[in-house]
Amino acid sequence: MKQMSLTHVIFGRLALHSLPFWSALQHPTLANIVNDTIASGAAGLVVVGAAVTVGLITYFGKWRYLWTEWLTSVDHKRIGIMYIVLAFVMLARALIEAVLMRTQQAFGLGGGFLSPEHFGELFSTHGTIMIFFMAMPFLIGLINVVMPLQIGTRDVSFPVMNSVSLGLTAAGATLVMISLVVGKFSTGGWSGYPPYTEITFSPGVGPDYWIWAVSLSGIGTMMTGINFAVTIYKRRAPGMTLMRMPLFTWTALCTSVLMIFAMPPLTVATVLLALDRYLGFHFFTNALGGNMMNYANLFWLFGHPEVYILILPAFGVYSEVIPAFSGKVLYGYTSLVLATMAIALLSFAVWLHHFFTMGQTAGVNATFGIATMLIGIPTGVKIYDWMMTMFRGRIRFTVPMVYSLGFMMLFVVGGLSGIILANPSIDYQVHNTLFLVAHFHNMLIPGLLFGMLAGYHYWFPKAFGFRLNERWGLASALCWIFGFMFAFFPLYALGLLGFPRRTVAFYNPIYVPYLAVAEFGALIILAALGCLVVQLVVSVRQREQNRVPGGDPWNASALEWSIAAPPPDYNFAVLPEVTARDAFMVAKEHGTAYLPPERFTDIELPRNSPLGMILCVTAAFATFGLVWHIWWMVGLAMLATIAAVIWHGFVRDYERVIPADKVRADHLRWLQTVGAIHPISRGEELAQENAGLADLHETAEAAE
Amino acid sequence: MSVLSVGQAHAADVSFLDPRGPIAAAQRQHILDVTLLMLIVVLPVLIGVPLIAWRYRYGNTKARYSPKWGHSSLLEMAIWGGPLVIVAVLGLWLAHDTTKLDPYRPLDTQDGPLKVDVIGYDWKWLFVYPQLHIASVGRLVFPEHRQIAMRLTSDSVMQSFYIPALGSQIYAMAAMQTRLHLISDSTGQFLGENTQYDGMGFQHQKFIARATTAQGFRDWVAGVKRGGVRLSADAYDIIRAHNTVPEMRTELKARNMPPDAVFFNHVTPDLFRNVMMSFHGAPSSSIAIVSGKAKARPAATGITIAAVSARPNLQHDAKAG
Repeated sequence: MKQMSLTHVIFGRLALHSLPFWSALQHPTLANIVNDTIASGAAGLVVVGAAVTVGLITYFGKWRYLWTEWLTSVDHKRIGIMYIVLAFVMLARALIEAVLMRTQQAFGLGGGFLSPEHFGELFSTHGTIMIFFMAMPFLIGLINVVMPLQIGTRDVSFPVMNSVSLGLTAAGATLVMISLVVGKFSTGGWSGYPPYTEITFSPGVGPDYWIWAVSLSGIGTMMTGINFAVTIYKRRAPGMTLMRMPLFTWTALCTSVLMIFAMPPLTVATVLLALDRYLGFHFFTNALGGNMMNYANLFWLFGHPEVYILILPAFGVYSEVIPAFSGKVLYGYTSLVLATMAIALLSFAVWLHHFFTMGQTAGVNATFGIATMLIGIPTGVKIYDWMMTMFRGRIRFTVPMVYSLGFMMLFVVGGLSGIILANPSIDYQVHNTLFLVAHFHNMLIPGLLFGMLAGYHYWFPKAFGFRLNERWGLASALCWIFGFMFAFFPLYALGLLGFPRRTVAFYNPIYVPYLAVAEFGALIILAALGCLVVQLVVSVRQREQNRVPGGDPWNASALEWSIAAPPPDYNFAVLPEVTARDAFMVAKEHGTAYLPPERFTDIELPRNSPLGMILCVTAAFATFGLVWHIWWMVGLAMLATIAAVIWHGFVRDYERVIPADKVRADHLRWLQTVGAIHPISRGEELAQENAGLADLHETAEAAE
Repeated sequence: MSVLSVGQAHAADVSFLDPRGPIAAAQRQHILDVTLLMLIVVLPVLIGVPLIAWRYRYGNTKARYSPKWGHSSLLEMAIWGGPLVIVAVLGLWLAHDTTKLDPYRPLDTQDGPLKVDVIGYDWKWLFVYPQLHIASVGRLVFPEHRQIAMRLTSDSVMQSFYIPALGSQIYAMAAMQTRLHLISDSTGQFLGENTQYDGMGFQHQKFIARATTAQGFRDWVAGVKRGGVRLSADAYDIIRAHNTVPEMRTELKARNMPPDAVFFNHVTPDLFRNVMMSFHGAPSSSIAIVSGKAKARPAATGITIAAVSARPNLQHDAKAG
């Protein structure tokens, strides 16, 4: 046993050498200096970024505003927006890491400039962040903002739990960010396979950072799944039968169910790994009967449904965007619902295809291979349904539509490589190579990320009341599409040439040209991110010219467009009565949209609660303490967590009432605003005149 | 770190698209077939999406506009039926090829197989020829047209053994064995590697798989028996330590070997078994591994636990060995 000195009790494993520039100070070799400068620069960015943010908030005196209006808010729209802000921050970090890795490989013939350890950390944080702290927050944020509006309700079923979910996810993200500043992250990849991540082979804090960050995210996401599923089952507006729900809500439902069932295996896997590392258990160790194959099964029992958790909401976005900008109803609604359900169900029957090469019998492999191919059927159906939605429509090439078109074209290429990989005999050749990396980026960038960005552009005016700048948006979309092709198509070739994934350097010059092209693509993608940032700044500055108070800038059909933009706290002054699919379009066609309701009633809304933020802070401290073996911190943080939850149980005054008179006044004022807006046709929607009211003549004409 | 190694890697075949054995050739055929068949569903999308988007653009008022059209039973049948038929065909191919190319399945050849035991270390593979009492690192040498029957395990973390030009890859995991059968239909040099990330030296874990003539193989074996390094406990300490092949070669002072390979003689045929059983309670010292049969202790005794937990760190244990 180590001697328990006082510093060890106070600081655990934390010491000066945990700082990113320590090895360069101690051993100033060129390699150490290069790697530590990059690492310290990144750490510096985190610290300076945090300091500037805190400074600005203090300077403008916005702490109270931030606390009461955002951090403690349980309004699903605000929670959703905070999720998406988190997603964008993490996207920026993980994308820069990706460019760094591409650059390393582009110059990696014979060594490159990054150390193997640094490279290992980069691919591990890149994957972990992109999946758990970019993609998941993005889609959860989007569902949070949109789904309750689409089903005509005022909030989710468990508003405080929603805030707690956000808090836990944010705590996990914070932990990953802290790992840049103190200590080193895992080099075991986003999947954290033991025995590599066991204490024997990775004695540092890296895998512990990974374990706790992912565990927090997993628990938060499972709670989100419960929240969304219950909301969709129980809180739909009168008349909103399941088969009248917009497709995005359908995908939200399927994703939520997947979250409920898929996240627990992940949490079990990470906790068992933690038991191995902290308490000398041997679930996945080499010796003493441990077996890493159990980990592989548990992890992918989560990991494969996770893929569909990610992609289904994106499918939902496309199912909203394509009909809206084609000026048509969605083709094959029933087909799309069935396809979504089929994908959700099948997603639990294919996990083994992540390790065809682990030595199962041919029979087992063939079974899972065929199950994997079966998923291709409903997915293919979806693509054709969207094509048929465009058929005989009137298509406007807005930013969300450009993303959708890019998605359809590129996604089928990823589908093709997916079907290829589903064949165990071929997988034996391309498994673990860049072919696989190209495949899943092909699904996740054109599939998931394009969908999220399309949704961001599509619903931004709804959430904030003004439209995003179209020109910068278009530039970004094109950069994403072409950048993706340049960055990832060469990776297919590299994989076929036997180039393994996670390789820091190589010694055969035949790979160089492909990696150079991929580097070019990575830089274009970086430009795409830059365009998104510029777009946001430009759009905020020009917000007054682009306001859409009418709330329906795209002449769309689901209920979220029937209310003001931004929506009032309570969303709907009077809960809508739904009589058909595409409820708002039907109302517009029948002239019943924007009619003043006969009577208003008091509205009860949940009060703000600090519980989510309290648990965010306590979870961050508890897990930081666990990572560094600072046990007093763990103990205090756990006590605080329990105390906060008990305290919350005694809160009785958790609702506030908005009197009917105020609702009436607000709503009538909005209707007055709408009455004063000049309606515009679909062709003019990008003009400044678009204040969010669609030309009903065009709609009526279309109805004939 | 010194530049490995697979010095001649440029000269080695790196891909199954240029196959050097029947398995890789079948895999190449399979990927081509699947790609071609899939084009039936992929091409209509690649062509149809831009066509439809342009034809039905907002500005084109001549194109027909049917905003309420959202269902067609005939189309539904085609949309569901088409992919279903294709997947049915693909599924049949899949089942057939998965069975035929199962890496565990011995190949139909007349000669008896050449047995090779493959053990993964950080960061190299050790190839033990149990029938010949020799072993090698950095080179897998075998005669053309003769089936290689491999057993694989790992003395470290999970690794994946892969010779693209010959055929399938398969995981090697500690305490367990997997199997792989490969064959080459010509002489030549092929890239061999580990594809499962295993730490700081991962990118160096390459080797050359060299198919020789039958006579060439006999000559090589004789040479190794004559001039190889004796696989002693000291030598094994160096093998199981964290290092790359050139580093290992330097430590073993094997100057008579190629810069990226070391050949061993006096190798016990039980080496593979000893390594595997060292995770099941058998002794794990280098002396026990390289010599004779190490007996496995019954798994449930306290002695077993003591014996195995005594080696949490490979490096330290190696020094103690």
